[in-house]
Order: sequence, then C-alpha cells, then structure tokens
Amino acid sequence: MLELKNIHKFYNPGTINEMCLFENFNLSVPTGQFVSVVGSNGSGKTSLLNLICGSIELDGGQVLIDGKDIAKQKEYQRQKYIGRVYQNPAMGTCPQMTILENMSLADNKGKFFGLKRGTEKARIEFYRENLRQLGLGLEDKMDIRVGALSGGQRQAMALLMSTMTPIDFLILDEHTAALDPKTADLIMELTDKIVREKQLTTIMVTHNLRYAVEYGDRLLMMHQGQAVLDAAGEEKKKIQIDDILERFNEISIECGN
Amino acid sequence: MDFILTIIEQGLIYGILALGVYITYKILDFPDLTVDGSFPMGAAVTAALIKAGVNAYLTLPIAFFAGALAGVCTGLIHVKFKVRDLLSGIIMMTGLYTINLKIAGTNNVPLFSQETIFKNEFLEGIFGGTIPAYVKIVMILIIAAVSKILLDLYLKTKSGYLLRAVGDNENLVTSLAKDKGNVKILGLAIANGLVALSGCVFAQEQKVFDISSGVGSIVLGLASVIIGISLFGKISVMKATTAVILGSILYKACVAAAIKFFDPTSMKLITAVLFLAVLIISMDRKKKVKKSA
Repeated sequence: MLELKNIHKFYNPGTINEMCLFENFNLSVPTGQFVSVVGSNGSGKTSLLNLICGSIELDGGQVLIDGKDIAKQKEYQRQKYIGRVYQNPAMGTCPQMTILENMSLADNKGKFFGLKRGTEKARIEFYRENLRQLGLGLEDKMDIRVGALSGGQRQAMALLMSTMTPIDFLILDEHTAALDPKTADLIMELTDKIVREKQLTTIMVTHNLRYAVEYGDRLLMMHQGQAVLDAAGEEKKKIQIDDILERFNEISIECGN
Repeated sequence: MDFILTIIEQGLIYGILALGVYITYKILDFPDLTVDGSFPMGAAVTAALIKAGVNAYLTLPIAFFAGALAGVCTGLIHVKFKVRDLLSGIIMMTGLYTINLKIAGTNNVPLFSQETIFKNEFLEGIFGGTIPAYVKIVMILIIAAVSKILLDLYLKTKSGYLLRAVGDNENLVTSLAKDKGNVKILGLAIANGLVALSGCVFAQEQKVFDISSGVGSIVLGLASVIIGISLFGKISVMKATTAVILGSILYKACVAAAIKFFDPTSMKLITAVLFLAVLIISMDRKKKVKKSA
C-alpha cells in the first residue's frame, strides 16, 4: 500500500514566480493495483512520481509505504523497493557496457557490490531466458554494447532490468513516449505482462490516452495538482477514450491551451 | 640503446599514472587535476620513508594508500560539498603542494646513497655484488604489469561494474539503490592511488624527490590515455589498460625525440604542444567541449 498524505509542493518558493503545485494532495494505491495517470503538461504527473521516488523534495506531507514514512529517505535508499523506467531509453541502461554486464548489474540490486566476479556464470542462462521473453533477439547478442541497440530495445531492457529483482513498486514515467507507435505498443504489452506476472503495484504516467484506457485497473486524470478524475474497477472498465478526451479538452480550455 | 631503454622505463612508470587517469577521465568522466599533487605526493612519501630507513618495497603500498587518501579528499569535496569536479581537483592540487613539502621536509631530497627498489642489499645478494642494468626495467615492467592486471581484474568485479556504471549513467547506480557519490569517491581513491604509486617508482628511478616533478603530470596522463585509446583502442583483443600504457610509452618517445631538437628547458612547452596536437588529431575534445558548454 502506497499512501501520499497531505502533500505540499511549491516551486520557486519566496520568489515572484512562486507556484503551488500540490496543496493537501492525497492518494492511496493499494498493493497490486496498476494505476494509469494522464494529464496536461505541468499538471503534476511527473512531479508526483519524483516525489514518490525522492528525486525532488517534499515541502510538507508524508509518503507512506505500508504505513512507514519514507519521506526522509534519500533517493537511492528508496530505490531498494522501487523500480523506475524513464521516458528517455538512455536513462535505464549503461550504454558503454554489454547487455550481459547490464543484466548482471540489475541482478545484483539490493545486494553488496564487492569483489566477486561481476557476472556470475551460473546466472547467464537465466538472463538469456529473460531476454528471450522480450522477443527482440537480444539473447543472441549478449556481448554487444547496449549503446548499439535501438531506443525500443533499450527501453525493453530497461523495463526488464528494473523489474528483475523483487520490488514493491514499479514507476513508469511516460516510458513509451520516445518510441515509434509500433515499438510503443510492444513495450506496453510487455509492461502489462510483467506487471501481471509479478503482481507489481504500478503507477504509469502516459500521454497516450488509449494506453491509459486499455491498461491498468485505475485511471487518474491530473490537473493543476488535483486528481480531477479517479476511476477504478468496474467504473474504469466502462470508460471510453472519447469520455476522457472530452474531459481532457475541458481542462485544457480552462488552461487556455 | 640507452636512450630507448630510458624512454621505455619512463613510459612504463608514467603508464601507471596513465592507468589512474584512465579511471577518472575515461571511466568516471571526471577531469581530475588532483594528479598534479598526488604524483609528487607518492614521491614525497617515498623519499621520507626511505630516509627514515623503511624497506624500499614497503614504500609502494604506502604511497598507494597516501594517494588514495588524496583521492578520497577530492571526492569528498566534490560529492559532499557539491564543488565542481575541476575545482575540487584544483583545490586539492594546490593544497597538496604544501603537504608534499611538509612530508618531504624540503623541496629536493636526494636518494643517491639510499636503498631503493632497484638497488638494495637483497638484489645485490641475488646477483652477487653488482646488479645488472636490465634489473631496473624488469622491475618497472613487473610493477606496471601487476598494476594493470589487478585493475583489469577489479573492473570485472561487481564493485568494478558499479564504478563503470557511475561514469556511464549515474542514474542507473541510483536505480540500483547505491549512493553514486560513494562510488565516485572510491574511483578517485583508486585512481590517485595508482598515480601516487607511479610517483613512488619515479622518485626511486630518478634517485631524487623534487617538488616540481608533479607539474604537468595530468597533461602527461591525459595525453597517454588519449593516444593509447585512439591508436590502440580499436584493436579488439587489446584491453584499454594495455593501450593506455603503450600510449604513455609512445608519448614519452615523442617528447624525448622533440627535446633532441630543443634545449631541456623547453620540456613543458613541448609536452603541452604535443598534447594539443594529440587532442586535435584524435578529435577526443569534441565530446568534452560540448558537454561543458
């Protein structure tokens, strides 16, 4: 269970440009739920993810995981139970290192990085099997550098790497936005498969309304730091793209976009 | 022949320094100017220890740790106080000048009559009185090779993977629930340890500690790394660490050849101009300039 309680976040505090993004924002995500978040630019979607991951600091409120406040923990400490995939495929992998080395790094998350051999021979088959499931042929080129792969292939690897070790939360930050439509579909299907298989609690920010409607158990529309639409379960299933598009247009007009 | 031997000897000694610069410049992507202070630091520590009658071979690990300590300080300044990488190095380099003087006691300590790793009772015992000339180069070769092999092995460990990752994509290190700052500090420690080790061997080869020996050593190290990687880096069977040491020998040879036509006081100018030439030819500068802009 992930809970955000009375979240406050200001940008540029104390200056003429002071802007209040979140004021008394509350959200709770039960374990195993897959939440899709949509909203216009500047509505607070990415800030929400950054607040959960600790990339930006809170100005007030609590971030609770199973009742424990993690707001004081540093970003890297929180990553023990969080996996994150970014919009930019380059963020989730090391370009100069080989596929095998990248997989080995991800596999050791949460453990000690000591003087043992970086790639454990006994695990190579496991990595190969994991890569095979992506269906991209990466299992046959484990010794090439990740930098030589396409954006889609790298994003697929980033997804695989961030979910390789047991994590409580998966955070997806517009992770299909930089990909071509076909690859984006592939990554989205893969995401859904992994999330279902591992029963991960997931928060996915997306600009693709179709993905938001088709995938996930809950839909959240953000606007000016508020959830203007929050539908879960049966209610979510009834939602059609046209419904949220209409709602989306309304809030965009309010903004003057 | 002697001329060539000296080039290879010095090239190998500076090759150890280049291994350190390889870690910071190529792996960590951290332009570390601490080198200009940690190289003479290795020499100063060595001179002080030898004067105090410590076994010459013990100076090697001690110099390494002294340099590593300097690297940790640079890392702390950069990571904990958020000082820019270049400035952290400059601060340490400047401060180390005084510290090196304090360690050595004076700006020039001759070691001619002292026991060194190249000339001591133990070696004299083995060879029966006079030590053959080749012993020196063999000894340097062993130290350089051991440093290189240990570094290669380290870079294949889990800790080594993390070090490579932090220079490549530090965001990933955070994702792995590791503090990227600590990894950088570790990298700087190993790098400056190697640099000080190089200074230690250098002082014993020259049989003197001189405070000015560090001036321009970062340029030397960078030039070696860039020459090595751009000339030999394409050869897939050759490791980058080997390429870097070969680069160092080649660079020393170029400087030595150039100096034949000029007087010895032009040494640093030749070093600098050759470095510029290397940068222009290798095109390595482009990426760095873009990044800092």
